[in-house]
Amino acid sequence: MKSFKLDGLVLPLFGVACVLLAWTVSSATWAKDLPSPLKTWESSKPYIMEPFAKRGEMDQGILRFSWYSLKLVAQGYAIALIIGTPIGFFLGLSKTFTKTFDPIIQVLRPVSPLAWLPLGLVLFLSTGKDAGTYGALFTIAICSMWPTVLNTAVGVRAVPQDYLNVGKVLKLSRWKTLTKILIPATLPYMFTGFRLSLGISWLVIVAAEMLTGRPGVGGFLWQEYNSLVYEHIILSIITIGVIGFILDRLMSLVEARFKAIS
Amino acid sequence: MAFLELKNVSKSFGGQRVLSDINLSIQEGEFVAIVGYSGQGKTTLINLVAGLIKPDHGEVSLEGKIVTGPGPDRGLVFQNYSLLPWLTVGENIALAVDQVFPEWTAAQRLAHIDKYIAMVKLSHAKDRLPKQLSGGMRQRVSVARTLAINPRILLLDEPLGALDALTRGTLQDEIAHIWQTERKTVVLITNSVDEALLLADRIIPLTIGPGATLGESIPVTLDRPRDRKGVNHDPEFKRLRALVTNQLLAFNASRKVSLTQKLIRPDILPENLEAPRVNRPPRRPGEEKQEVIVSS
Repeated sequence: MKSFKLDGLVLPLFGVACVLLAWTVSSATWAKDLPSPLKTWESSKPYIMEPFAKRGEMDQGILRFSWYSLKLVAQGYAIALIIGTPIGFFLGLSKTFTKTFDPIIQVLRPVSPLAWLPLGLVLFLSTGKDAGTYGALFTIAICSMWPTVLNTAVGVRAVPQDYLNVGKVLKLSRWKTLTKILIPATLPYMFTGFRLSLGISWLVIVAAEMLTGRPGVGGFLWQEYNSLVYEHIILSIITIGVIGFILDRLMSLVEARFKAIS
Repeated sequence: MAFLELKNVSKSFGGQRVLSDINLSIQEGEFVAIVGYSGQGKTTLINLVAGLIKPDHGEVSLEGKIVTGPGPDRGLVFQNYSLLPWLTVGENIALAVDQVFPEWTAAQRLAHIDKYIAMVKLSHAKDRLPKQLSGGMRQRVSVARTLAINPRILLLDEPLGALDALTRGTLQDEIAHIWQTERKTVVLITNSVDEALLLADRIIPLTIGPGATLGESIPVTLDRPRDRKGVNHDPEFKRLRALVTNQLLAFNASRKVSLTQKLIRPDILPENLEAPRVNRPPRRPGEEKQEVIVSS
Protein backbone atom coordinates (compact mmCIF):
# COMPACT_ATOMS: atom_id res chain seq x y z
CA MET A 1 0.00 0.00 0.00
CA LYS A 2 2.84 2.36 0.81
CA SER A 3 4.41 1.97 -2.59
CA PHE A 4 1.04 2.52 -4.22
CA LYS A 5 0.71 5.95 -2.62
CA LEU A 6 4.16 6.82 -3.84
CA ASP A 7 3.32 5.68 -7.36
CA GLY A 8 0.37 8.03 -7.50
CA LEU A 9 2.59 11.04 -6.87
CA VAL A 10 6.10 10.07 -7.92
CA LEU A 11 5.33 8.56 -11.31
CA PRO A 12 3.38 11.56 -12.68
CA LEU A 13 6.11 13.88 -11.40
CA PHE A 14 8.67 11.69 -13.12
CA GLY A 15 6.65 11.99 -16.33
CA VAL A 16 6.63 15.79 -16.03
CA ALA A 17 10.38 15.75 -15.41
CA CYS A 18 10.94 13.71 -18.59
CA VAL A 19 9.00 16.22 -20.67
CA LEU A 20 10.84 19.17 -19.07
CA LEU A 21 14.12 17.48 -19.87
CA ALA A 22 13.17 16.88 -23.50
CA TRP A 23 12.01 20.50 -23.69
CA THR A 24 15.29 21.83 -22.23
CA VAL A 25 17.41 19.67 -24.49
CA SER A 26 15.38 20.66 -27.55
CA SER A 27 15.63 24.38 -26.83
CA ALA A 28 19.37 24.03 -26.28
CA THR A 29 20.08 22.00 -29.41
CA TRP A 30 17.89 21.79 -32.50
CA ALA A 31 15.17 24.34 -31.77
CA LYS A 32 17.11 27.43 -30.79
CA ASP A 33 14.01 29.67 -30.92
CA LEU A 34 12.15 27.55 -28.40
CA PRO A 35 12.45 29.24 -25.01
CA SER A 36 13.77 27.01 -22.22
CA PRO A 37 11.49 26.09 -19.30
CA LEU A 38 13.30 28.55 -17.05
CA LYS A 39 12.95 31.44 -19.50
CA THR A 40 9.32 30.57 -20.02
CA TRP A 41 8.69 30.68 -16.31
CA GLU A 42 10.42 34.01 -15.86
CA SER A 43 8.60 35.60 -18.74
CA SER A 44 5.24 34.17 -17.67
CA LYS A 45 5.58 35.09 -14.02
CA PRO A 46 3.69 38.41 -14.18
CA TYR A 47 0.79 36.70 -15.93
CA ILE A 48 0.61 33.91 -13.39
CA MET A 49 1.38 35.89 -10.26
CA GLU A 50 -1.22 38.52 -11.06
CA PRO A 51 -3.70 36.32 -12.89
CA PHE A 52 -6.47 38.92 -12.92
CA ALA A 53 -4.44 42.01 -13.82
CA LYS A 54 -5.56 44.13 -16.73
CA ARG A 55 -2.76 46.18 -18.21
CA GLY A 56 -4.18 46.59 -21.66
CA GLU A 57 -6.58 44.95 -24.10
CA MET A 58 -4.15 42.18 -25.01
CA ASP A 59 -1.98 42.28 -21.90
CA GLN A 60 -3.94 40.75 -19.08
CA GLY A 61 -3.44 38.10 -16.39
CA ILE A 62 -3.77 34.56 -17.66
CA LEU A 63 -6.86 33.71 -15.62
CA ARG A 64 -8.55 36.89 -16.81
CA PHE A 65 -7.95 35.75 -20.37
CA SER A 66 -9.19 32.28 -19.47
CA TRP A 67 -12.29 33.82 -17.97
CA TYR A 68 -13.09 35.59 -21.24
CA SER A 69 -12.61 32.34 -23.13
CA LEU A 70 -14.68 30.35 -20.66
CA LYS A 71 -17.52 32.86 -20.87
CA LEU A 72 -17.64 32.53 -24.63
CA VAL A 73 -17.37 28.74 -24.42
CA ALA A 74 -20.18 28.60 -21.90
CA GLN A 75 -22.48 30.53 -24.23
CA GLY A 76 -21.62 28.51 -27.32
CA TYR A 77 -21.81 25.25 -25.39
CA ALA A 78 -25.21 26.19 -23.97
CA ILE A 79 -26.49 26.85 -27.49
CA ALA A 80 -25.09 23.49 -28.61
CA LEU A 81 -26.89 21.64 -25.80
CA ILE A 82 -30.17 23.50 -26.27
CA ILE A 83 -30.20 22.72 -29.98
CA GLY A 84 -28.40 19.36 -29.91
CA THR A 85 -30.41 17.53 -27.25
CA PRO A 86 -33.81 17.86 -28.95
CA ILE A 87 -32.28 16.92 -32.29
CA GLY A 88 -30.84 13.83 -30.59
CA PHE A 89 -34.27 12.95 -29.21
CA PHE A 90 -35.89 13.31 -32.61
CA LEU A 91 -33.18 11.15 -34.17
CA GLY A 92 -33.66 8.49 -31.51
CA LEU A 93 -37.45 8.50 -31.67
CA SER A 94 -38.25 8.83 -35.35
CA LYS A 95 -36.94 6.62 -38.12
CA THR A 96 -38.16 9.09 -40.73
CA PHE A 97 -36.28 11.92 -39.06
CA THR A 98 -33.15 9.77 -38.93
CA LYS A 99 -33.41 8.86 -42.59
CA THR A 100 -33.92 12.50 -43.51
CA PHE A 101 -31.21 14.15 -41.48
CA ASP A 102 -28.64 11.53 -40.59
CA PRO A 103 -26.73 11.82 -43.91
CA ILE A 104 -26.46 15.60 -43.49
CA ILE A 105 -25.27 15.21 -39.91
CA GLN A 106 -22.67 12.67 -40.94
CA VAL A 107 -21.37 15.08 -43.58
CA LEU A 108 -21.33 18.17 -41.37
CA ARG A 109 -19.86 16.41 -38.35
CA PRO A 110 -16.24 16.07 -39.53
CA VAL A 111 -15.98 19.69 -40.75
CA SER A 112 -13.21 21.53 -38.90
CA PRO A 113 -13.91 24.63 -36.77
CA LEU A 114 -11.48 26.52 -38.98
CA ALA A 115 -13.86 25.94 -41.87
CA TRP A 116 -16.99 26.96 -39.96
CA LEU A 117 -15.62 30.22 -38.61
CA PRO A 118 -15.51 32.18 -41.90
CA LEU A 119 -19.07 31.05 -42.59
CA GLY A 120 -20.06 32.21 -39.10
CA LEU A 121 -18.51 35.60 -39.73
CA VAL A 122 -20.35 35.91 -43.04
CA LEU A 123 -23.65 34.91 -41.45
CA PHE A 124 -23.39 37.68 -38.87
CA LEU A 125 -21.74 40.34 -41.02
CA SER A 126 -24.76 42.57 -40.57
CA THR A 127 -24.10 42.83 -36.83
CA GLY A 128 -20.99 44.91 -37.53
CA LYS A 129 -18.36 44.80 -34.84
CA ASP A 130 -20.08 41.94 -32.97
CA ALA A 131 -19.72 39.66 -35.97
CA GLY A 132 -16.60 38.15 -34.40
CA THR A 133 -18.47 37.20 -31.23
CA TYR A 134 -21.47 35.76 -33.02
CA GLY A 135 -19.29 33.99 -35.53
CA ALA A 136 -17.31 32.42 -32.72
CA LEU A 137 -20.48 31.37 -30.90
CA PHE A 138 -21.86 29.86 -34.10
CA THR A 139 -18.66 27.92 -34.65
CA ILE A 140 -18.50 26.63 -31.08
CA ALA A 141 -22.14 25.61 -31.13
CA ILE A 142 -22.10 23.82 -34.47
CA CYS A 143 -18.82 22.01 -33.83
CA SER A 144 -19.56 20.86 -30.30
CA MET A 145 -23.17 19.88 -30.96
CA TRP A 146 -22.53 16.53 -32.64
CA PRO A 147 -21.47 14.36 -29.70
CA THR A 148 -24.56 15.51 -27.79
CA VAL A 149 -26.80 14.83 -30.78
CA LEU A 150 -25.42 11.38 -31.47
CA ASN A 151 -25.13 10.19 -27.88
CA THR A 152 -28.65 11.35 -27.08
CA ALA A 153 -29.94 9.51 -30.13
CA VAL A 154 -28.13 6.31 -29.12
CA GLY A 155 -29.42 6.71 -25.56
CA VAL A 156 -33.02 7.11 -26.68
CA ARG A 157 -32.77 4.04 -28.89
CA ALA A 158 -31.29 2.10 -25.97
CA VAL A 159 -34.18 2.77 -23.57
CA PRO A 160 -35.37 -0.72 -22.60
CA GLN A 161 -38.73 -1.67 -24.09
CA ASP A 162 -39.81 -2.76 -20.59
CA TYR A 163 -39.68 0.82 -19.31
CA LEU A 164 -41.77 1.97 -22.24
CA ASN A 165 -44.21 -0.87 -21.61
CA VAL A 166 -44.65 0.36 -18.04
CA GLY A 167 -45.63 3.72 -19.49
CA LYS A 168 -47.99 2.09 -21.99
CA VAL A 169 -49.77 -0.01 -19.38
CA LEU A 170 -50.26 3.10 -17.23
CA LYS A 171 -51.35 5.07 -20.32
CA LEU A 172 -48.91 7.86 -19.61
CA SER A 173 -49.33 10.86 -21.90
CA ARG A 174 -46.59 11.58 -24.44
CA TRP A 175 -45.27 14.39 -22.31
CA LYS A 176 -45.18 12.24 -19.19
CA THR A 177 -43.53 9.35 -21.04
CA LEU A 178 -40.88 11.83 -22.14
CA THR A 179 -40.26 13.42 -18.74
CA LYS A 180 -40.80 10.39 -16.51
CA ILE A 181 -39.26 7.63 -18.60
CA LEU A 182 -37.37 8.68 -21.73
CA ILE A 183 -35.33 11.56 -20.33
CA PRO A 184 -34.26 9.84 -17.08
CA ALA A 185 -33.38 6.67 -18.97
CA THR A 186 -31.33 8.64 -21.52
CA LEU A 187 -29.54 10.92 -19.03
CA PRO A 188 -26.37 8.81 -18.70
CA TYR A 189 -25.91 8.81 -22.48
CA MET A 190 -26.76 12.49 -22.69
CA PHE A 191 -24.10 13.36 -20.16
CA THR A 192 -21.47 11.38 -22.02
CA GLY A 193 -22.41 13.51 -25.01
CA PHE A 194 -22.31 16.69 -22.92
CA ARG A 195 -18.82 15.86 -21.69
CA LEU A 196 -17.47 15.20 -25.19
CA SER A 197 -19.18 18.36 -26.44
CA LEU A 198 -17.55 20.44 -23.73
CA GLY A 199 -14.15 19.10 -24.72
CA ILE A 200 -14.75 20.06 -28.33
CA SER A 201 -16.08 23.52 -27.54
CA TRP A 202 -12.91 24.20 -25.58
CA LEU A 203 -10.86 23.09 -28.57
CA VAL A 204 -12.83 25.36 -30.85
CA ILE A 205 -12.57 28.49 -28.69
CA VAL A 206 -8.85 28.71 -29.24
CA ALA A 207 -9.17 28.48 -33.01
CA ALA A 208 -12.03 30.97 -32.98
CA GLU A 209 -10.12 33.50 -30.86
CA MET A 210 -6.99 33.14 -32.95
CA LEU A 211 -8.85 34.00 -36.13
CA THR A 212 -11.05 36.76 -34.72
CA GLY A 213 -8.42 38.31 -32.45
CA ARG A 214 -10.74 38.42 -29.47
CA PRO A 215 -9.14 38.81 -26.04
CA GLY A 216 -8.87 35.34 -24.51
CA VAL A 217 -6.30 32.58 -24.14
CA GLY A 218 -6.35 31.74 -27.83
CA GLY A 219 -6.21 35.38 -28.90
CA PHE A 220 -3.37 35.97 -26.49
CA LEU A 221 -1.48 33.01 -27.90
CA TRP A 222 -1.78 34.28 -31.46
CA GLN A 223 -0.90 37.86 -30.54
CA GLU A 224 2.21 36.80 -28.65
CA TYR A 225 3.28 34.67 -31.60
CA ASN A 226 2.98 37.71 -33.82
CA SER A 227 4.94 39.83 -31.35
CA LEU A 228 7.63 37.13 -31.11
CA VAL A 229 7.11 36.45 -27.37
CA TYR A 230 7.34 32.69 -27.73
CA GLU A 231 7.37 32.05 -23.98
CA HIS A 232 3.75 33.10 -23.81
CA ILE A 233 2.75 30.59 -26.46
CA ILE A 234 3.87 27.87 -24.11
CA LEU A 235 2.15 29.55 -21.17
CA SER A 236 -1.08 29.64 -23.19
CA ILE A 237 -0.77 26.02 -24.26
CA ILE A 238 -0.29 24.88 -20.67
CA THR A 239 -3.22 27.00 -19.50
CA ILE A 240 -5.50 25.65 -22.23
CA GLY A 241 -4.46 22.10 -21.36
CA VAL A 242 -5.00 22.49 -17.62
CA ILE A 243 -8.38 24.15 -18.00
CA GLY A 244 -9.50 21.54 -20.52
CA PHE A 245 -8.44 18.82 -18.10
CA ILE A 246 -10.32 20.43 -15.20
CA LEU A 247 -13.47 20.83 -17.29
CA ASP A 248 -13.33 17.20 -18.34
CA ARG A 249 -12.85 16.03 -14.75
CA LEU A 250 -15.78 18.10 -13.55
CA MET A 251 -18.03 16.72 -16.27
CA SER A 252 -16.95 13.13 -15.55
CA LEU A 253 -17.95 13.64 -11.93
CA VAL A 254 -21.43 14.74 -13.01
CA GLU A 255 -21.60 11.92 -15.55
CA ALA A 256 -20.59 9.32 -12.97
CA ARG A 257 -23.38 10.50 -10.69
CA PHE A 258 -25.98 9.84 -13.37
CA LYS A 259 -24.42 6.53 -14.37
CA ALA A 260 -24.56 5.38 -10.76
CA ILE A 261 -28.33 5.84 -10.56
CA SER A 262 -29.41 3.76 -13.50
CA MET B 1 -70.64 -13.96 -20.12
CA ALA B 2 -67.03 -14.56 -19.41
CA PHE B 3 -65.01 -11.86 -17.71
CA LEU B 4 -61.96 -12.22 -19.92
CA GLU B 5 -62.42 -13.87 -23.28
CA LEU B 6 -60.03 -14.76 -26.08
CA LYS B 7 -61.64 -15.94 -29.30
CA ASN B 8 -59.64 -17.71 -32.02
CA VAL B 9 -56.64 -15.55 -31.29
CA SER B 10 -53.50 -16.15 -33.30
CA LYS B 11 -50.25 -14.28 -33.62
CA SER B 12 -47.21 -14.65 -35.88
CA PHE B 13 -43.83 -13.02 -35.70
CA GLY B 14 -41.82 -12.72 -38.88
CA GLY B 15 -43.87 -15.36 -40.71
CA GLN B 16 -43.47 -17.81 -37.84
CA ARG B 17 -46.79 -18.74 -36.26
CA VAL B 18 -46.36 -18.43 -32.50
CA LEU B 19 -49.89 -18.83 -31.22
CA SER B 20 -52.85 -20.20 -33.11
CA ASP B 21 -56.52 -20.60 -32.26
CA ILE B 22 -56.31 -19.58 -28.66
CA ASN B 23 -59.70 -19.79 -27.00
CA LEU B 24 -59.92 -18.91 -23.37
CA SER B 25 -62.64 -17.68 -21.09
CA ILE B 26 -62.10 -16.75 -17.51
CA GLN B 27 -64.74 -15.96 -14.89
CA GLU B 28 -64.51 -13.02 -12.55
CA GLY B 29 -62.49 -13.80 -9.42
CA GLU B 30 -60.89 -16.87 -10.95
CA PHE B 31 -57.20 -17.67 -10.61
CA VAL B 32 -56.02 -19.32 -13.80
CA ALA B 33 -52.52 -20.60 -14.42
CA ILE B 34 -51.16 -21.16 -17.91
CA VAL B 35 -48.32 -23.65 -17.84
CA GLY B 36 -45.94 -24.35 -20.66
CA TYR B 37 -42.40 -24.69 -21.83
CA SER B 38 -40.10 -21.70 -22.25
CA GLY B 39 -40.12 -19.99 -25.61
CA GLN B 40 -43.52 -21.34 -26.67
CA GLY B 41 -45.38 -18.05 -26.60
CA LYS B 42 -46.48 -17.69 -22.98
CA THR B 43 -45.27 -14.11 -22.79
CA THR B 44 -46.80 -13.39 -26.20
CA LEU B 45 -50.11 -14.63 -24.87
CA ILE B 46 -50.03 -12.38 -21.82
CA ASN B 47 -48.89 -9.40 -23.91
CA LEU B 48 -51.92 -9.97 -26.13
CA VAL B 49 -54.19 -9.81 -23.11
CA ALA B 50 -52.33 -6.75 -21.81
CA GLY B 51 -52.77 -5.10 -25.21
CA LEU B 52 -49.05 -4.52 -25.73
CA ILE B 53 -49.31 -6.46 -28.98
CA LYS B 54 -52.31 -6.93 -31.23
CA PRO B 55 -53.54 -10.33 -32.43
CA ASP B 56 -53.34 -11.13 -36.16
CA HIS B 57 -56.70 -12.86 -36.01
CA GLY B 58 -59.39 -13.16 -33.38
CA GLU B 59 -60.11 -10.84 -30.50
CA VAL B 60 -59.45 -10.34 -26.83
CA SER B 61 -62.21 -8.87 -24.72
CA LEU B 62 -62.46 -7.88 -21.08
CA GLU B 63 -65.95 -7.50 -19.61
CA GLY B 64 -67.38 -7.53 -23.11
CA LYS B 65 -65.15 -4.70 -24.34
CA ILE B 66 -62.63 -5.54 -27.02
CA VAL B 67 -59.05 -4.86 -26.02
CA THR B 68 -57.39 -2.44 -28.44
CA GLY B 69 -54.39 -1.32 -26.44
CA PRO B 70 -52.74 -1.43 -23.05
CA GLY B 71 -54.48 0.11 -20.10
CA PRO B 72 -54.44 0.16 -16.31
CA ASP B 73 -57.53 -2.06 -16.08
CA ARG B 74 -55.20 -4.96 -16.86
CA GLY B 75 -52.36 -4.85 -14.37
CA LEU B 76 -49.31 -6.55 -15.81
CA VAL B 77 -46.53 -7.76 -13.53
CA PHE B 78 -43.49 -8.04 -15.75
CA GLN B 79 -41.17 -11.02 -15.82
CA ASN B 80 -38.15 -8.79 -15.17
CA TYR B 81 -39.85 -6.43 -12.70
CA SER B 82 -39.41 -3.35 -14.95
CA LEU B 83 -38.96 -0.93 -12.08
CA LEU B 84 -37.59 2.43 -13.14
CA PRO B 85 -34.08 2.42 -11.66
CA TRP B 86 -33.91 6.16 -11.01
CA LEU B 87 -37.02 6.13 -8.82
CA THR B 88 -37.25 4.81 -5.27
CA VAL B 89 -39.72 2.10 -4.31
CA GLY B 90 -42.23 4.72 -3.19
CA GLU B 91 -41.74 6.85 -6.29
CA ASN B 92 -42.13 3.88 -8.62
CA ILE B 93 -45.49 3.10 -7.09
CA ALA B 94 -46.39 6.79 -6.91
CA LEU B 95 -45.85 7.14 -10.67
CA ALA B 96 -48.54 4.53 -11.23
CA VAL B 97 -50.92 5.75 -8.53
CA ASP B 98 -50.65 9.42 -9.55
CA GLN B 99 -51.42 8.47 -13.12
CA VAL B 100 -54.41 6.26 -12.39
CA PHE B 101 -56.01 8.25 -9.57
CA PRO B 102 -55.43 11.88 -10.53
CA GLU B 103 -58.64 12.97 -8.80
CA TRP B 104 -57.48 11.91 -5.34
CA THR B 105 -55.84 14.30 -2.90
CA ALA B 106 -52.11 13.98 -2.28
CA ALA B 107 -52.76 12.60 1.20
CA GLN B 108 -55.13 9.94 -0.14
CA ARG B 109 -52.62 8.83 -2.71
CA LEU B 110 -49.82 8.73 -0.16
CA ALA B 111 -51.91 6.57 2.18
CA HIS B 112 -52.80 4.30 -0.74
CA ILE B 113 -49.15 3.90 -1.72
CA ASP B 114 -48.13 3.15 1.86
CA LYS B 115 -50.88 0.57 2.17
CA TYR B 116 -49.62 -1.43 -0.79
CA ILE B 117 -45.98 -1.15 0.22
CA ALA B 118 -47.01 -2.53 3.59
CA MET B 119 -48.98 -5.30 1.90
CA VAL B 120 -45.80 -6.63 0.30
CA LYS B 121 -43.89 -6.06 3.56
CA LEU B 122 -41.51 -3.44 2.24
CA SER B 123 -42.36 -0.43 4.42
CA HIS B 124 -38.77 -0.31 5.63
CA ALA B 125 -37.48 -0.03 2.06
CA LYS B 126 -39.78 2.68 0.75
CA ASP B 127 -36.96 5.15 0.07
CA ARG B 128 -34.54 2.69 -1.48
CA LEU B 129 -33.65 2.50 -5.13
CA PRO B 130 -34.37 -0.77 -6.97
CA LYS B 131 -30.68 -1.58 -7.27
CA GLN B 132 -30.46 -1.66 -3.47
CA LEU B 133 -33.07 -4.43 -3.32
CA SER B 134 -32.82 -8.17 -3.85
CA GLY B 135 -34.62 -9.83 -6.76
CA GLY B 136 -37.46 -10.99 -4.54
CA MET B 137 -37.95 -7.53 -3.07
CA ARG B 138 -37.97 -5.99 -6.53
CA GLN B 139 -40.68 -8.36 -7.68
CA ARG B 140 -42.70 -7.52 -4.58
CA VAL B 141 -42.45 -3.83 -5.46
CA SER B 142 -43.60 -4.70 -8.96
CA VAL B 143 -46.58 -6.61 -7.57
CA ALA B 144 -47.41 -3.73 -5.23
CA ARG B 145 -47.20 -1.24 -8.08
CA THR B 146 -49.62 -3.29 -10.12
CA LEU B 147 -52.06 -3.96 -7.27
CA ALA B 148 -52.02 -0.28 -6.30
CA ILE B 149 -53.62 0.78 -9.58
CA ASN B 150 -56.51 -1.50 -8.68
CA PRO B 151 -56.71 -3.35 -12.00
CA ARG B 152 -59.78 -5.40 -12.96
CA ILE B 153 -57.51 -8.31 -13.76
CA LEU B 154 -53.99 -9.15 -12.70
CA LEU B 155 -51.62 -10.58 -15.30
CA LEU B 156 -48.56 -12.28 -13.84
CA ASP B 157 -45.93 -13.08 -16.46
CA GLU B 158 -43.61 -15.65 -14.88
CA PRO B 159 -43.30 -13.28 -11.94
CA LEU B 160 -41.07 -15.60 -9.95
CA GLY B 161 -39.05 -17.03 -12.81
CA ALA B 162 -35.83 -15.24 -11.96
CA LEU B 163 -35.87 -15.99 -8.24
CA ASP B 164 -34.17 -18.67 -6.20
CA ALA B 165 -36.28 -21.56 -4.93
CA LEU B 166 -36.62 -20.31 -1.34
CA THR B 167 -37.63 -16.78 -2.25
CA ARG B 168 -39.94 -18.24 -4.83
CA GLY B 169 -41.74 -20.26 -2.20
CA THR B 170 -42.18 -17.30 0.12
CA LEU B 171 -43.51 -15.13 -2.67
CA GLN B 172 -45.91 -17.84 -3.82
CA ASP B 173 -47.37 -17.84 -0.33
CA GLU B 174 -47.60 -14.06 -0.41
CA ILE B 175 -49.36 -14.06 -3.76
CA ALA B 176 -51.78 -16.70 -2.49
CA HIS B 177 -52.43 -14.61 0.61
CA ILE B 178 -52.96 -11.40 -1.37
CA TRP B 179 -55.32 -13.19 -3.72
CA GLN B 180 -57.32 -14.48 -0.75
CA THR B 181 -57.80 -10.95 0.53
CA GLU B 182 -58.18 -9.02 -2.75
CA ARG B 183 -60.06 -11.66 -4.75
CA LYS B 184 -58.87 -10.32 -8.06
CA THR B 185 -59.11 -12.22 -11.30
CA VAL B 186 -55.61 -13.48 -11.99
CA VAL B 187 -53.89 -14.99 -15.00
CA LEU B 188 -50.56 -16.50 -13.99
CA ILE B 189 -48.04 -17.58 -16.58
CA THR B 190 -45.52 -20.07 -15.26
CA ASN B 191 -43.33 -22.98 -16.18
CA SER B 192 -43.63 -24.57 -12.76
CA VAL B 193 -46.37 -27.15 -12.31
CA ASP B 194 -46.10 -26.97 -8.53
CA GLU B 195 -46.47 -23.21 -8.55
CA ALA B 196 -49.59 -23.49 -10.68
CA LEU B 197 -51.04 -26.18 -8.40
CA LEU B 198 -50.38 -24.16 -5.27
CA LEU B 199 -51.97 -20.99 -6.56
CA ALA B 200 -54.54 -21.63 -9.26
CA ASP B 201 -58.18 -22.68 -9.48
CA ARG B 202 -57.62 -23.97 -12.96
CA ILE B 203 -54.54 -24.96 -14.93
CA ILE B 204 -54.37 -24.67 -18.70
CA PRO B 205 -51.38 -26.21 -20.43
CA LEU B 206 -49.94 -24.45 -23.47
CA THR B 207 -48.92 -26.82 -26.24
CA ILE B 208 -45.66 -26.67 -28.06
CA GLY B 209 -45.10 -24.25 -30.92
CA PRO B 210 -44.90 -23.33 -33.71
CA GLY B 211 -48.52 -22.41 -33.51
CA ALA B 212 -48.98 -23.29 -29.87
CA THR B 213 -52.50 -23.41 -28.54
CA LEU B 214 -54.18 -24.04 -25.21
CA GLY B 215 -54.88 -27.58 -24.05
CA GLU B 216 -57.76 -28.91 -21.99
CA SER B 217 -58.11 -27.02 -18.73
CA ILE B 218 -57.63 -28.93 -15.52
CA PRO B 219 -59.56 -27.74 -12.46
CA VAL B 220 -57.64 -27.69 -9.19
CA THR B 221 -60.01 -28.43 -6.36
CA LEU B 222 -57.53 -28.46 -3.51
CA ASP B 223 -58.69 -26.66 -0.37
CA ARG B 224 -57.29 -23.24 0.37
CA PRO B 225 -55.10 -22.07 1.94
CA ARG B 226 -52.79 -24.64 0.42
CA ASP B 227 -49.86 -25.53 2.59
CA ARG B 228 -46.76 -26.12 0.53
CA LYS B 229 -45.45 -28.82 2.84
CA GLY B 230 -48.78 -30.52 3.43
CA VAL B 231 -49.88 -30.80 -0.20
CA ASN B 232 -46.94 -32.97 -1.09
CA HIS B 233 -48.68 -35.86 0.65
CA ASP B 234 -52.15 -35.04 -0.63
CA PRO B 235 -53.22 -37.75 -3.11
CA GLU B 236 -55.26 -35.26 -5.13
CA PHE B 237 -52.23 -32.99 -5.45
CA LYS B 238 -50.11 -35.91 -6.59
CA ARG B 239 -52.72 -36.95 -9.10
CA LEU B 240 -53.03 -33.45 -10.55
CA ARG B 241 -49.31 -32.99 -10.72
CA ALA B 242 -48.93 -36.26 -12.59
CA LEU B 243 -51.76 -35.26 -14.92
CA VAL B 244 -50.35 -31.87 -15.81
CA THR B 245 -46.79 -33.12 -16.06
CA ASN B 246 -47.81 -35.99 -18.32
CA GLN B 247 -49.74 -33.65 -20.59
CA LEU B 248 -46.75 -31.36 -20.90
CA LEU B 249 -44.42 -34.28 -21.56
CA ALA B 250 -46.83 -35.64 -24.16
CA PHE B 251 -46.66 -32.31 -26.04
CA ASN B 252 -42.94 -32.59 -26.06
CA ALA B 253 -42.93 -36.22 -27.23
CA SER B 254 -45.06 -35.34 -30.23
CA ARG B 255 -42.39 -32.89 -31.28
CA LYS B 256 -39.77 -35.64 -31.49
CA VAL B 257 -38.82 -36.42 -35.03
CA SER B 258 -36.59 -39.14 -36.29
CA LEU B 259 -34.17 -38.68 -39.08
CA THR B 260 -32.35 -41.38 -40.95
CA GLN B 261 -29.12 -40.51 -42.61
CA LYS B 262 -26.38 -42.36 -44.32
CA LEU B 263 -23.03 -42.00 -42.68
CA ILE B 264 -20.03 -42.46 -44.89
CA ARG B 265 -16.98 -43.45 -42.99
CA PRO B 266 -13.69 -41.81 -43.88
CA ASP B 267 -12.49 -43.91 -46.73
CA ILE B 268 -9.24 -45.14 -45.27
CA LEU B 269 -8.06 -47.69 -42.75
CA PRO B 270 -4.73 -47.91 -40.95
CA GLU B 271 -2.19 -49.71 -43.00
CA ASN B 272 -1.55 -53.32 -42.22
CA LEU B 273 2.09 -53.31 -41.29
CA GLU B 274 2.30 -57.07 -41.38
CA ALA B 275 1.53 -57.23 -45.08
CA PRO B 276 4.53 -57.31 -47.36
CA ARG B 277 6.13 -53.93 -47.86
CA VAL B 278 6.05 -53.86 -51.60
CA ASN B 279 2.70 -53.37 -53.41
CA ARG B 280 0.84 -53.07 -50.12
CA PRO B 281 -2.72 -52.19 -51.19
CA PRO B 282 -4.48 -49.24 -49.54
CA ARG B 283 -7.34 -50.43 -47.42
CA ARG B 284 -10.55 -48.69 -48.42
CA PRO B 285 -13.65 -50.13 -46.83
CA GLY B 286 -16.17 -47.98 -48.72
CA GLU B 287 -18.70 -49.14 -46.20
CA GLU B 288 -21.88 -47.27 -45.36
CA LYS B 289 -23.52 -47.21 -42.01
CA GLN B 290 -27.08 -46.27 -41.20
CA GLU B 291 -27.83 -44.15 -38.20
CA VAL B 292 -31.10 -43.01 -36.69
CA ILE B 293 -31.11 -39.81 -34.71
CA VAL B 294 -34.01 -39.05 -32.45
CA SER B 295 -34.10 -35.46 -31.36
CA SER B 296 -35.80 -34.44 -28.18
